[in-house]
Amino acid sequence: MNAVKQKDLILYSGLIILGLAAPFLFSAFKVQLTYLCVLIVLAMTWNLQGGEMGYNSFGNILFYGLGMYLTSSVQVGMFFPLAEWTESGGEKTFVHTTAQYFQGIGVGLIVAAIIPTIVAGAIGYAILGLRGHYFAICTLGLGIAAGEIAGGIEIIGAGQGFTTPPFPAEIVDPEARGQFFYFLSFLVLVLAFVFVKYIYGSRFRLILNAIRDNEDKAEAMGIQTMKYKIVGWMCSAFFCGLAGGIMGGLIGYIDSTDVAFDGREMGVFMVLMAILGGKGTLWGPIIGATLFHFLKEGLWTFILGWQYVALGVLIVVIVVYFPEGLMGWLREKYPERFGEVIDEKDRKAQVELK
Amino acid sequence: MDFLIFKAPMLMVQASLDGILLGILFALIAYGMALQWGVMNIINIAQGDLVILGGYIAYTMYLAGIHPAWGVIVSPIIMFFIGWALYKLVINKVVDRDLFISILATFGIAIVFQQLMNFIFGADVVVAQSGYGTTMLFDNSVTLPNSKIFSAVISVLYAIGLVIYMRKSKLGRAIRATAQNARAAKILGVDTERVYAATFGINAALCGIAGALISITLTLHPYVGLPYTVRSFMIVIVAGLGNLPAVAISGMGLGLFEEFADYILGTEFRIGAVFMLLVFILVYRRFKLSKKREYLK
Repeated sequence: MNAVKQKDLILYSGLIILGLAAPFLFSAFKVQLTYLCVLIVLAMTWNLQGGEMGYNSFGNILFYGLGMYLTSSVQVGMFFPLAEWTESGGEKTFVHTTAQYFQGIGVGLIVAAIIPTIVAGAIGYAILGLRGHYFAICTLGLGIAAGEIAGGIEIIGAGQGFTTPPFPAEIVDPEARGQFFYFLSFLVLVLAFVFVKYIYGSRFRLILNAIRDNEDKAEAMGIQTMKYKIVGWMCSAFFCGLAGGIMGGLIGYIDSTDVAFDGREMGVFMVLMAILGGKGTLWGPIIGATLFHFLKEGLWTFILGWQYVALGVLIVVIVVYFPEGLMGWLREKYPERFGEVIDEKDRKAQVELK
Repeated sequence: MDFLIFKAPMLMVQASLDGILLGILFALIAYGMALQWGVMNIINIAQGDLVILGGYIAYTMYLAGIHPAWGVIVSPIIMFFIGWALYKLVINKVVDRDLFISILATFGIAIVFQQLMNFIFGADVVVAQSGYGTTMLFDNSVTLPNSKIFSAVISVLYAIGLVIYMRKSKLGRAIRATAQNARAAKILGVDTERVYAATFGINAALCGIAGALISITLTLHPYVGLPYTVRSFMIVIVAGLGNLPAVAISGMGLGLFEEFADYILGTEFRIGAVFMLLVFILVYRRFKLSKKREYLK
């Protein structure tokens, strides 16, 4: 037991050192690394309710987009009139000082974490009562509706988009912006990992799994399923909001349907990454997201213009031929590694049955 | 309330007529959705993209100098084979699986279709001119494009034809048997694999007809497929599977809702209103179902 723990310790400290050193080692890829962190956070928290709870949501993009708009709105609104900012390129008239910028983004991220969590809690009772595919379609509708509605609201820029405050010009170091966002996202990633890891060792995870495996039975056993479902969704919403806030600052420009409530990209990516790595495992979404990001960035440039076709084909192939994901496949192949004991007799009997 | 529509009652007539004619078209798409959902137990997110593809077939004919109205005959034939091929390639692997798998897989298909259409036909909003002119009603205060009337009539004709086909023909009987109990049908000698392929093909053909009609009444764009999927999904969950009059009525209801939402909320919120209605309907349904007591018999 002790040896395992020591191995874990080495692994985690190695990963953290790698994470901290990455922006200096791969200085040119800071933005990509930030993306990777955000993608991992999204996949990991999607997995929490998609993989563990069995509620396959297409709508977590709602919280992501909400967080994005909230962070930037708060960041602007704290110091300047928001309406004038969005009206016509306010970023040219109003300039954040360095202190204002960091204060704004700090408060903005806190708001972006809290409000989506509250929203998830508020709509959770209505939405999470839906089962299976009704839930999936309903959340798909929610995400798209949010994008369409945000595209009609004037104060956050409506259809023409919203420019987030530019990084303060007083900081002359060209590396600073990338490093700031990278470390911010890395911090959120570590937070998310610690949180998910904690959940994986807790009773809460068992309850979520019980809901996934048979909700009616779980309820009959005296578990207040609705309460736990809502809490599970709120956990996802919290991190989605944070991730959205960081991405808003990083991209520097928010469009209602193409950046914030981007169901066609981010909304699908997070589902796909979790499935690629293996739903319902701790490391699956992390590996899936990393693999997906490398695949995407590596291949995209070679098939320019065809990337969405490739994405669609990738979705079909993964979902149809590879639904258990990488971790599921490994688990099938090396069950001992996952601490599963296989009864030889049982296996023989199953082979004979086949 | 300071809305234009309440000041001018004629606008209400206009919106109602538009909505009903549009709704009939939606009902046709929804019928295809109900068919494949009932028979194969899959939800096809690519439904709307099949519709748009059907529309582009008619539009291509229009570009080639053939009247686009012929699209309502050509497009379903081509779409039937596309649907059949799609079934053989992908759908047959997801039929017996979890519904979520089918949703995701068809989502992938939808993305592929959108992009391919974008490459082939370009990202412009296009419309095929039917040249049917317009009918003026009530002292020219209500304008009704004849193409909309044409599309409603064609939709009704095809729907009636399909119902008769499903009742009378051998394949129709096989499809209905498979929908009731696939295993029993298989035991009794129905080639369910073929039935599934045919069902998906018929669904695609229905989408083709609807698309051809949309190409002359509304507009086409590679990325507007998803709203059609959502509309048909909505109609199906309101009407239930296999209840054709209810599908027609809820289709018209949806058309009315959209036209009025268009006038009252503004065009920019039209699609948003459709998706919000979906959420609202699902939530309403959930609360209604949760009131129903369940017990073991």
